Amino acid sequence: MRAPLSWLRDYAPLDAPPARLAEVLSELGLVVESTEHVGEGLDDVVVARVLDIRAHPAADRIRLVDVDAGDGEALQIVCGAWNFAVGDLVPLAPVGAVLPGGFAIGRRKMRGEVSNGMLCSAPELGLPGPGDGLLVLPPGSAAPGVPFAEAMGLEPDVVFDLDVGPNRPDALCMAGVARDLAAALGEAWSWPAGPPAPPVDPSIGTAPLSVDAPDLCPRFTATVLDGAPTGPSPVWMARRLTLAGMRPIGAVVDVSNYVMLDVGQPNHAYDLDALGGGGLSVRRARPGERLVTLDGVERALGPDDCLICDAGGTPVGVGGVMGGAGAEIDPSTTRVLLEAAWFAPAAIARTGQRLGLHSEARVRFERGVDPELAPRAVERFAGLLASLPGGEALRRGATVDARSPHLPGRPRVALRTSRVNDLLGTALSEDDLPRLLRPLGFRLEDPVGGTFDVEVPSWRLECSREVDLIEEVARMWGYRRIERTVPAGSRRRTGGLTAFQRERRRIRQVLSGAGFYEAWTSTFLAPGDLGQAGLDPLAVEVENPLDRSESVLRTSLLPGLLKALRFNLDRQNEDLALFEVGRVFAPPADEGSLPVESERLGVVVLPFGAADASTAVAAAVRCWVWVADALRLDGASIDAAELPGLHPSRAARLLGPSGTILGEVGEVASEAARAYGIDGRVGWLGLSLDAVFGEARRPRLAADVSRYPASALDLAFVAGDDLPAARLAGAIAGAAGDLLEDLVLFDVYRDERLGAGRRSLAYHVTLRAADRTLDEPELAELRRAMIAAASAEGGELRGEPAG
Amino acid sequence: MTPQASSPPGLDEVLAAVESALRDGRRRLAEAAATPGSFAAAQREVLGKRSALASVNALLGGLDPDGRRQAGAALGAARKELEEEANRLEAVVAEAERRQRVAAERLDLTEMAIGPKTPPLSHSGRGVGRLHLVTQTRDELEDTFVAMGFAVAEGPEAETDWYNFEALNMPPAHPARGMWDTLYLRLGEPGTVLLRTHTSPVQIHLLEAGELPIYAVMPGRCYRRDTPDARHLPVFHQIEGLVVDRGITFGDLAGVIEAFTTSFFGPAIHSRLRPSYFPFTEPSAEFEVTCPICRGEGCRTCSGSGWIELGGCGMVDPNVFSAVGIDPERYSGFAFGFGIDRLAQVRAELSDMRALIDNDIRFLRQF
Repeated sequence: MRAPLSWLRDYAPLDAPPARLAEVLSELGLVVESTEHVGEGLDDVVVARVLDIRAHPAADRIRLVDVDAGDGEALQIVCGAWNFAVGDLVPLAPVGAVLPGGFAIGRRKMRGEVSNGMLCSAPELGLPGPGDGLLVLPPGSAAPGVPFAEAMGLEPDVVFDLDVGPNRPDALCMAGVARDLAAALGEAWSWPAGPPAPPVDPSIGTAPLSVDAPDLCPRFTATVLDGAPTGPSPVWMARRLTLAGMRPIGAVVDVSNYVMLDVGQPNHAYDLDALGGGGLSVRRARPGERLVTLDGVERALGPDDCLICDAGGTPVGVGGVMGGAGAEIDPSTTRVLLEAAWFAPAAIARTGQRLGLHSEARVRFERGVDPELAPRAVERFAGLLASLPGGEALRRGATVDARSPHLPGRPRVALRTSRVNDLLGTALSEDDLPRLLRPLGFRLEDPVGGTFDVEVPSWRLECSREVDLIEEVARMWGYRRIERTVPAGSRRRTGGLTAFQRERRRIRQVLSGAGFYEAWTSTFLAPGDLGQAGLDPLAVEVENPLDRSESVLRTSLLPGLLKALRFNLDRQNEDLALFEVGRVFAPPADEGSLPVESERLGVVVLPFGAADASTAVAAAVRCWVWVADALRLDGASIDAAELPGLHPSRAARLLGPSGTILGEVGEVASEAARAYGIDGRVGWLGLSLDAVFGEARRPRLAADVSRYPASALDLAFVAGDDLPAARLAGAIAGAAGDLLEDLVLFDVYRDERLGAGRRSLAYHVTLRAADRTLDEPELAELRRAMIAAASAEGGELRGEPAG
Repeated sequence: MTPQASSPPGLDEVLAAVESALRDGRRRLAEAAATPGSFAAAQREVLGKRSALASVNALLGGLDPDGRRQAGAALGAARKELEEEANRLEAVVAEAERRQRVAAERLDLTEMAIGPKTPPLSHSGRGVGRLHLVTQTRDELEDTFVAMGFAVAEGPEAETDWYNFEALNMPPAHPARGMWDTLYLRLGEPGTVLLRTHTSPVQIHLLEAGELPIYAVMPGRCYRRDTPDARHLPVFHQIEGLVVDRGITFGDLAGVIEAFTTSFFGPAIHSRLRPSYFPFTEPSAEFEVTCPICRGEGCRTCSGSGWIELGGCGMVDPNVFSAVGIDPERYSGFAFGFGIDRLAQVRAELSDMRALIDNDIRFLRQF
């Protein structure tokens, strides 16, 4: 909502500095998004007449223009605009002028030709209007040499661009904005006198009107105006409309828009002679009924839509939303039927939403226009129209006012002083409330037992509850004056993170500490993304995606992380190791319910430098080991398996001690990696946080650290490729029991002599007792037991490795 | 099989040659399929330009029209059969080769789990990684509120219309729904399941659970159907706060916002509230903080105003309490919310928010 200060001043003095007014507006909740100063800095600009236009001898895109700047002499200007002709009046900034924004005009040579100033476009003068050509003044509007501002009636003005919330339909007009401002500043607010409307002329008669949908349209007024002026509106009105963001078109349309912006009543002027039967009827649309609206679009309507028809039954507009293309005013219209009505907000919202139709009328009606405003708007309309040049002969018929019981009355609301203070934390007295609320139009009788019976003004119908009035009290008192306190609270609980949240942070810390970077990838995937990654393509779809590439909810973090890898590879970033913790969405098992959300960890990692490609998957496996270790999760296993999206012989399920699936680890299938533009090997770890956190964990109990020396021994076994190294390790550990301190696989060795499909696994075992130094016989016995256990799993002792 | 110039072969001979080419071809393909690496050559041999089939084809010219038709049909059938066989075997061979490759690449991943303790990443010399800027900001916010006595609650990102709108005092066709461009999911009745447009649905879950009082913040990912630009992402993160207890006032709201502001940004940064509108709070406010970049002097980040608009807040609307069965006369409360990404952007002086989702490690490394 653009509010020129000069217009607001029709209602109240408002003579505080504009910066202060802007501050007050913002503190009232009519937030000022920008303050424009217009018409300032134009002192040096004059009107000039174009005498001649010539080609520039050395340039194609600029021309030489001779203008008369008032002295009758031809003054040469070099100009790049093409939208004017000889004889036109244009603004000239002569040499020495400084334009709004501080641009100083000097005498310049352009491609060898002298330019004695600059001919200006609207934006160059700080005015609204197109920037691709000069501002051309109306013919005959001024003599050359007259100051431009004077010729245009340009008083310096200030325009506040306000962000008006959906709860403040009353502030979508000058009267409403001014009312708030005046109330906050303690100034008197009143309706301006305005030009008087011609008295009702009984000879004009009234137009036939019938309203058959009073629930959709509880009030409809129709007024015949005869003898409307047909020319353009005067400069002052065109300027106000322009500053408020509307384009001046012609007298009747401009007055219509002016009245809406001024008092807040959307209205519609019909060409009376184009209306069948010379009147209007209001009814529900029939199913499938069609109408071409003013914007040229054919709309399909239904019984929830309010249709305005002429008295012959032909539709002429969608009530409260947009007029039809049929009975539109044209510049020659002199007989006008003026509609000022009130439509049910919910119905307007429904119709507007369904038709996707945005209009100034819809915005106001769906939020709530003052239901008592129509007569005032009609007076204002008739008065303004009569005051325009050519409007002297305007005659006005009586207003037909079809008003139904559906029209809302003024709510009465009980307002308790105690409740105000309880909710706001203020200490306002019974005297304060009327003082704060009355300037806004609320009527408060003397309180009974601290409770006021408040009558809400017709322009604030949304204030229908006590709490709404409390907000008004707070607004007028000033949010900034409310003392800041700390909740006293009844039984405060202490805050904190949940176990899940703490452990999720732990995982992130472990991975970032290990050199991994946390990524944030989109929840959305393109339709083919899952399939390309070798995963089940079944996923929840977005009904109205912004883009098809964002139309599917991810069921896995893998595709997003592969895209992130690719993004980095394309930028020659190396040593890539990324992780993400985020939600994935499985389609619901039964129709109609919500997707099944779960939080997962995903890790992607590339081989480092020129190292063996298997370092990628090794790093992923290590990630798992670190995570499990940090979470004190013992007894989990890595169980080789063929899994979607992963290399068939380089993938494993991660199982909890009880066999629960916790996630998977492996190398991304080469076809999947290639589909994402990655040539090399990619290690992958995927974990379900719920599953991992749900496993029993080693308690945080201290075991005494032994003070006795450790004993180490190395054991090497030959085992088939199908015997996992961890299983052998488990057997060894089992045999060592409590005495085992550490167990590392330090060498894996293959050789023809070992036989195909077999390898040597060398383990370094550290043993230590809590209460003694282990002696040789004991160690020898342990060694035998470990060998026997390994042998039972299929590991053949290979003899002591050297050392 | 070279035709003799003197006596061109008759129909019977040609048919026999077709028969033999077919038999030999089948055998050749079967042999090759069993010998790794030889299938492509065998395929050329059996079906190519120098194959037996091609030679027989050359004989057709010597036959009378009727014989030519007959022999041609036999030849065509034989070629078709061999081609089909070749295709079938080719797939078998490819699968066998794939299996072999897979077998050759087999790794025992458990070896890596119990291998030497030296992390395989250490030799890259890259040092520690990073948490995402947004995570760092979120953790910091959580910690700030936890220290103020708040719990941290989370909720689903896919919601029903009830939780995202209706329970928050926005019945269908409520004009305020237009404040959020919503992404709907193709589930259930059209327009009923959506991606939450704000974290506020978590408020409803908490209120429904009914354990009062509530002192909680709710961080999480939200979605709006907005074209991404330097200051907006369609997928973004919010943190929301909710306090419900007896005797909670608007003054408490302003006090908590101020306490948060000074403890998160530092003692020189303050907050202010201005009237605003949200369907789920009344009175509503937007809150601004002293621009943390210029400390209120006015700079590019704050458009010279010295203040940064951070988020919205207000007293919980009685209709929200009613929707979840809490008596607004007995309990009152406030809620506030703001964008985590936006906050991260302001603090890091990040010119374009889209850098947050590129995941370029050169970007991530800075924080």
